[in-house]
Amino acid sequence: MSAVIDIQDLWVEARSSGGSFQPIVEGVSVSVYPGEVVALIGESGSGKTTTALSAMAYSKPGCRIVGGSITLNGRDLLKLDQEERRQLRGREAAYVAQSAAAAFNPAIRIGDQVIESTAIHQLMPRDDALREAVKLYQRLDLPDPERLSNRYPHQVSGGQLQRLMAAMAMSSSPALLILDEPTTALDVTTQISVLSAFKDLIRGQNTAAIYVTHDLAVVAQIADRIVVMQNGKVMEAGATEQIISRPENAYTQTLMAAVRPPPKSMSVEGEGSDQTDDEMIVSVDSITAGYGRTETKIVLQDVSVAVPKGKVVGVIGESGCGKSTLARVIAGLLPQRSGEIYHHGQELPNVARRRTRSVLKNIQIVFQMPDVAINPRHRVREILGRPLDLFIGLSASARESRIDELLELVELPTSYKTRLPGELSGGEKQRINLARALAAEPEVILCDEVTSALDTVVGKAIIDLLKKLQANLGVAYLFISHDLSTVASFADHVVVLYAGRVVEQGPLASVLAPPFHPYTRLLLSSVPELRTDWLDGVVASKAHLDHLGQAVDSSKVGCPFFSRCAVAVNDVCNRQDVPLRKMDQGHTVACHLELDALRG
Amino acid sequence: MSAASQAPSETDLKTRFTPSLIIGLVIVGFWLLVALFGPALAPHLESDIVTDMSYAPAGEVGLLGSDYLGRDVFSRLLYGARMTMGLALLVTLLSFSLGVILGFIAAISGRWIDGLMSRINDALMAFPSIILALIVMSALGTSLMIMIVTVAIIDSTRVFRLSRALAMDISVMDFVDVARSRGESLWWITVREILPNTLAPLAAEFGIRFTFAILFISALSFLGLGVQPPAADWGVMVKENLQGLLFGSAAALMPAAAVASLTVGVNLIVDWFLRRMGGDVSQELMN
Repeated sequence: MSAVIDIQDLWVEARSSGGSFQPIVEGVSVSVYPGEVVALIGESGSGKTTTALSAMAYSKPGCRIVGGSITLNGRDLLKLDQEERRQLRGREAAYVAQSAAAAFNPAIRIGDQVIESTAIHQLMPRDDALREAVKLYQRLDLPDPERLSNRYPHQVSGGQLQRLMAAMAMSSSPALLILDEPTTALDVTTQISVLSAFKDLIRGQNTAAIYVTHDLAVVAQIADRIVVMQNGKVMEAGATEQIISRPENAYTQTLMAAVRPPPKSMSVEGEGSDQTDDEMIVSVDSITAGYGRTETKIVLQDVSVAVPKGKVVGVIGESGCGKSTLARVIAGLLPQRSGEIYHHGQELPNVARRRTRSVLKNIQIVFQMPDVAINPRHRVREILGRPLDLFIGLSASARESRIDELLELVELPTSYKTRLPGELSGGEKQRINLARALAAEPEVILCDEVTSALDTVVGKAIIDLLKKLQANLGVAYLFISHDLSTVASFADHVVVLYAGRVVEQGPLASVLAPPFHPYTRLLLSSVPELRTDWLDGVVASKAHLDHLGQAVDSSKVGCPFFSRCAVAVNDVCNRQDVPLRKMDQGHTVACHLELDALRG
Repeated sequence: MSAASQAPSETDLKTRFTPSLIIGLVIVGFWLLVALFGPALAPHLESDIVTDMSYAPAGEVGLLGSDYLGRDVFSRLLYGARMTMGLALLVTLLSFSLGVILGFIAAISGRWIDGLMSRINDALMAFPSIILALIVMSALGTSLMIMIVTVAIIDSTRVFRLSRALAMDISVMDFVDVARSRGESLWWITVREILPNTLAPLAAEFGIRFTFAILFISALSFLGLGVQPPAADWGVMVKENLQGLLFGSAAALMPAAAVASLTVGVNLIVDWFLRRMGGDVSQELMN
């Protein structure tokens, strides 16, 4: 059996800012056999996407393939002219992009987009292609396959769109499928369904697939072989089992270490830190907040959370659950509709500008996207200097040395203070954001998904830094994340949000142990583990695909989780208000079921 | 920040100075020199009648011949550079001050004020600008002052739109939220957070608006409402000597060519500027 795609000694160059060409892929060799999935792993800039795209003889604008051979189905792609290559793309090799939402044209019906490549290459009549598409929808577990083709992209969820991307790529039955981080933008619970759909499809069609990702745990579920890349070179290649259990290369080992930080020790219970005894820096009491003027969309409903001094409160939930909104309400950026915010027991105005300077100083916020959270026209010195001027007030020389100190605190060289944000990497920008928050010497920092926009390794370094700062400076965090394992490695107290409501909260150890809220249980079981048989186990044991991605109307009565809940009781859970079940140490679960029933 | 700011380590002169930029700089530089020193170098005054021959061919009278009154076209072209470019600069500066200030106010104030300002702006923009200028100037008179203010206000509607849109885009960025969570005043946010990020597109727009202003003033002068004779303006010169085309005179073509070359020159610089601001393509590709 010969390889579907055989890339040998590939060299790709990109035009640098100076105009000269610099190699970004250096001597990479990858080959994939039918029915096999080969994963390319590495952080951004490692050349993994460039390598994957070259399998279609495609290079991004500004890049060029300068050496090596690329053989697809026995033909050397580099010897073909543009027109012959165009004929191949979409027919023999198809591409699934990271963001399905951006890859679909919002003005064209789904069906026409899915069968586009069969139409372009005139492989089959339109009606046949649409019939084939329906079969693909069924294989991908998409809802209502018969009518799906007539819908528009905005009428389906993100996870469904991502699966439709796969349908689009598979419609012409290509020999090679290139998947570029297809689940990175998805929630953990959605990720599972998309992953298992991909896996079934690839096995079923005997397609060869290249899977590009930075997430080792995801790769463990789907790949047969793994190629680890860094700075355009192959660091290590081998069977999935071998790479995961016995990584040889040092870089692979750091990647492995960064994937899933080990949960924080579970022995917190013994400390006897009864929550009410601690001094609360910030607390919110039955906050309801939303957007829009006339027709309000309620995003947070009746949420109460408190951050004790020097402690880490983790807020977890999937996208759209209102966790970022909570941070914005506390920071005074979004006035709440009802409920109160307290700072050391004192009620706060709901707009930042009306708060006193000392309150503003004590509550700092760090946002998710480092690129847009820093003004690109301000130098690092100005970014760090402004909060110093505003909240601390130092002489010119003291200010300067304080900026140096702050840079050292976030482990950046002091020479960075003359740089513009454009001259920093994503991780460095996030460090500057942290330093900017620290400059005010706050009591609490609201961290809104501070690592989600970063690579695993860089993200782990930021988390380590946060832990260090907490230990040394005693600062508290409200740590918002969709990644349960990050929160579990770090938080003292966990708040689980679903559809704008707190479904469970309590000390980390109690939340991670039974009794669970059904949603917490789903979240916990959805975090990919570094076992190659994990996905199959989860899919076999759980009805994960049911009702996934359904829009939740948070203003409805009853339990918001009703439609996805495995243990829901009809006519109770969807009709009556959810009771709050209290346990010791402030552990609460909002569920109609008795605690004993949730233990199982 | 001035002393410590350093140039990026890698400076490649090839990409910094493209051929089109150099051509643009040469053309604009040339006309700037002419505007500065032209009147001093001109062999005659702009109103001097140097021959009784209308439309004398080039070389016979002066460098570029004479116009319909027998004045030296070359001298008038030199004088006209100052008048035309000076007026355009004044108009553009005025329209930008007005447009940017009002645009930013609209962007950061509540929806009521913003709505009101934007609708008034839309109403002004709905008129063809040349007709609007004609109406205003035939009502108020044709002095230079009135023309400058009228053209500037009409032009500022375009600037208003752009700066309002730019400011709105930036005011929703996270770093503005960071500033707001720090309790910064609206003034600080506008001037320190928003304004620096709008400078690049605004500067590019300034170049384009500058050439539009030249064309607009030339058009008004051509219609007899702008610069009044005997003052030399390139637009006036085209209008005066249009008849000369019938006699094969270049008196109307020379100022037209001057307007065209200046427009091309400024736009070459603007294009380069926009490309530079567009960011580094290859760096984005590395991700």
